[in-house]
Amino acid sequence: MIVMLMRRILLGFITVCLVSIIIFSGIEMLPGDACTQYLGEYQADKELLEQCRKDLDLNRPAHERFREWAGGAMTGDLGMAVDGKTKISTIVGDRVKNSLLLAFCAMLVGIPLALILGIITGLWRDRMPDLVISTLAIFAMTIPEFVSATLLILVFSIWLGWLPGIVLTSASAPISEFFPEILLPVIVLSLVMCAHIMRMVRSSVIDVMSSDYVQMATLKGVPYWQMVFRHALPNALLPAINVVALTIAWLLGGVVVIEVVFNYPGLGRLMIDAISDRDLPVVQSIALIVASIYVCVNLAADLLTMLANPKLRTVYTRK
Amino acid sequence: MSSSSFIDIQNLSVGYTSRSQKIIKVLRDVSLTINRGESVGLVGESGSGKSTLALAAMGYFKRGLRALNGSVHFNNINMLGLDHDELQKIRGGNLALIPQNSGQSLTPTMRIGRQIAEALRLHSDLSQTAFDDRIIEILSQVRLPNPAALINRYPHELSGGQQQRVAIAMALAGQPDALLLDEPTTGLDVTTQAHILELLRDLARDRNMAMLYVSHDLGAISRVCDNVVVMYAGEVVLTGSSRQTLLAPKHPYAHGLLTSIPRLKQKELPVALDGRPPMPGEAITGCAFADRCALADDQCRTTSPPLTRLESAESIRCFHHDKIDQLATSSQKVKQRKAARKDTGETTLGLEDLAITYAKSGFLTQFLSNSPPPPATVDNININIEKGETLGLVGESGSGKSTILKTIAGLISPKNGGIILNQDTKLTAKVEDRPSMNLRQIQMIFQNPDDSLNPRHTVAQILAQPLRLYFQLSGKDLHDRSVKLLEQVRLGEHYLSRLPSQLSGGEKQRVAIARAFAAEPEIVLCDEVTSALDVSVQAAVLDLLNVLKKERGTTYIFVSHDLAVVKAISDRVAVLYQGRLCEIGPSDAVYQAPFHPYTDVLLGAVLEPDPDTAPTLSADDVVELSPPAKGCPFQRRCPKKLGEICENQTPPAQTSIQASNQGHVIHCHIPLKELH
Ligand SMILES: Nc1ncnc2c1ncn2[C@@H]1O[C@H](COP(=O)(O)OP(=O)(O)OP(=O)(O)O)[C@@H](O)[C@H]1O
Ligand code: SF4
Ligand code: SF4
Ligand SMILES: [Mg+2]
Repeated sequence: MIVMLMRRILLGFITVCLVSIIIFSGIEMLPGDACTQYLGEYQADKELLEQCRKDLDLNRPAHERFREWAGGAMTGDLGMAVDGKTKISTIVGDRVKNSLLLAFCAMLVGIPLALILGIITGLWRDRMPDLVISTLAIFAMTIPEFVSATLLILVFSIWLGWLPGIVLTSASAPISEFFPEILLPVIVLSLVMCAHIMRMVRSSVIDVMSSDYVQMATLKGVPYWQMVFRHALPNALLPAINVVALTIAWLLGGVVVIEVVFNYPGLGRLMIDAISDRDLPVVQSIALIVASIYVCVNLAADLLTMLANPKLRTVYTRK
Repeated sequence: MSSSSFIDIQNLSVGYTSRSQKIIKVLRDVSLTINRGESVGLVGESGSGKSTLALAAMGYFKRGLRALNGSVHFNNINMLGLDHDELQKIRGGNLALIPQNSGQSLTPTMRIGRQIAEALRLHSDLSQTAFDDRIIEILSQVRLPNPAALINRYPHELSGGQQQRVAIAMALAGQPDALLLDEPTTGLDVTTQAHILELLRDLARDRNMAMLYVSHDLGAISRVCDNVVVMYAGEVVLTGSSRQTLLAPKHPYAHGLLTSIPRLKQKELPVALDGRPPMPGEAITGCAFADRCALADDQCRTTSPPLTRLESAESIRCFHHDKIDQLATSSQKVKQRKAARKDTGETTLGLEDLAITYAKSGFLTQFLSNSPPPPATVDNININIEKGETLGLVGESGSGKSTILKTIAGLISPKNGGIILNQDTKLTAKVEDRPSMNLRQIQMIFQNPDDSLNPRHTVAQILAQPLRLYFQLSGKDLHDRSVKLLEQVRLGEHYLSRLPSQLSGGEKQRVAIARAFAAEPEIVLCDEVTSALDVSVQAAVLDLLNVLKKERGTTYIFVSHDLAVVKAISDRVAVLYQGRLCEIGPSDAVYQAPFHPYTDVLLGAVLEPDPDTAPTLSADDVVELSPPAKGCPFQRRCPKKLGEICENQTPPAQTSIQASNQGHVIHCHIPLKELH
């Protein structure tokens, strides 16, 4: 078990390292460098270019700069943005906080709702509650996010005037100031993720409910709800862990469309802005952060599955 | 009503509504009665409705199915009139079920102890202390070793036999008066099966229970049941005492079932019942068995025969049950002799000093755990297989049979030793590295055709794969060749467009065989190819393999845990225990004295469909996790163990001196002449 855990952590770490190397060399390989990209037509101005390169320390060999960047990243120092004045960690830090806030709220609403709806539709399969909820879920999944977002803005903020339609709070504002502006993006996000998770939970519940052990539990006299809670659900929810993890990683990795539609200052929008500003150092840092989030969330999900599934648990303790 | 039986099912029909809104019957007017202290065996092919009937006795129907008419009474309670809560009080209490596949019937996320406790809590009101003692008591009652430790295990941490015992323990927890058993020993090793059947017999006698024992294994039925009910296509076709039925079955179908069972004493292959039963919903005019019956005449095809009670207290659904003797003689003619092998003396496949281990030697694992590696799973296998020979490999589960096959096929790399093809080519360990020619020469057929056939490919696509790969066939050539292959496995051209889900178990296995033969292999590895099949289908598949061998001189390695099946098809048999060779020789010699002590145990446990024989159980059926590091592999269970010599020294290979038993080798410290 401990061997397994260490191996997974090591693997995760190696993945992040590899990703950082790939990101870094990918950007190195682009024609020109951060400064020529940034300055665009002004790069003809040799002085400006030199100044910029000096600010960003671009004159040293790549491997030295990588070592410095990677070393800094580990301690939370991501270097300077391309203007040479702002620290990336300050810009990015706020955005990470905001993205976390959005993801957390969406999870808080979406995951319990998804599990409950998934269980209900699974247990009452092919009957009224299932038909209604499943149809709605398919709608939620197939309508593009920007359409549903726009619709919700139209209804709740323009017609009814209940909720603000876009976020005007600045990126560095404290969490409390994001309410109630954050509510509409949270609703859209939870709808989408809820639909995905719910459908997965539903099919897993249906599988388990037709399994031999559920039939056996019934035939040994276990009352219905005890059977559902003791025998069926613990098994049905195991495969949900990984889907939930993927969804969380997706949420944390910046949900670009939603952030743009609602003008929400999260990681996704920062990424878009950085790309259009040709701010390569920032792009590079965001890519690294998103990769790390993916690795961590998946690691957590695998560990959780291992703890919750006795089969996996013994496989790893025995060996 | 007090005169009625304990379990009393009358004229029960069960069915479902199909997509086209037609009512499809799965059981048709079935009646069955069981009294206290009586045990009834329920026999029939897969899909004949055995499980449906057993579950109906509990008032339970699988999703979609429902009772159409008829009644089900248990202890004078109308089981079809109760609501869910009332049913749950009876289920698992007075009336308990032991399921078809206990491995999948135990909840994987709950510990054994909790699952038994749950059953106990629902059907008794013991105090907490008495409660824990009772769980231990029940577990020891089903003869599970070390119950106190077992209750903390999860189902997957037990062997198949142990899981089955836990399922029995769970059923006993409710102090049942009636037990329904759905194939409780199918898929278990012979020794385990024999032990469990003895246990069930004892329990039934001690508690004066009523038992319904569902099985397609007539050997098991003859061991535990007083009476037998034979079902065919959702109908009862015969009821009678098991003695009468097994010795002289009066229904042509029951007769066919019996002749399709391979027996140890028989030299011929079992006789297959051709054709297949009608599917539920298929229109049946006249007798449902008419298409497969040698006695069928015009009357049979137009009028459906009633269930008639004979003077001998049997009930038979057949117009011509008095002519059953003709059947016995007519079928004698078709008995197939095992295809004779041409003695070429050429070795096709040589296994030299083969050793295989599953233990991982990963760097981190070794670094972090300092226990010595366990002994190799398979060790020291030296066998030369001649061209056109069929080598049978037998042994209990865990004896390494499949491991050896997978190594030959290149799916596992051996730790040591080599595999020599045609005396000169040493096969590379990994299948990826083998030249396509060698891949073609060795083909494997698996136990479960459901797993080995891609469910989304049609039969045509399945067969086209090897034909394209090895012979670059396409277009009309490909089609013609595919049709020919299908004909060889006795399937028609119209099967080409079918998907595996549209085939029966036996047909699927035939397609798998056709695919293997598409490559025109020299060696075919058969891994428990008939274990998932009904006896009648099994006989057909054995027959087919035999015919192909005769026509093409193919070499087989045939793995099975069923000793009678191995005897029926093999020229030579090797007995394995814990991945080590115990005995090898011509099959007649291995199935005769002198026996290796392990072979003796295995043969003793075989259940024959004969009410006059009883198995002898000379060794426990404990499952060993890894072989002993030195000495004889069988030392821990051997009933004839000599002492320290067996623990410390590898037993010598003793060769039989009789000329007729050439090549018969027994690995044991006991001298040959004492091994009788
Ligand atoms: N839920 C269901 N809905 C519709 N048909 C079913 C259902 N369950 C079983 N059947 C059909 O009912 C028939 C009888 O099935 P049953 O499981 O009772 O057979 P069995 O004799 O126990 O077979 P086996 O030996 O394979 O266990 C089969 O044709 C099967 O396809
Ligand atoms: S009734 Fe006719 S077809 Fe049916 S089993 Fe008897 S002889 Fe065969
Ligand atoms: S060598 Fe000893 S333990 Fe092994 S089979 Fe012979 S008598 Fe039994
Ligand atoms: Mg069944």
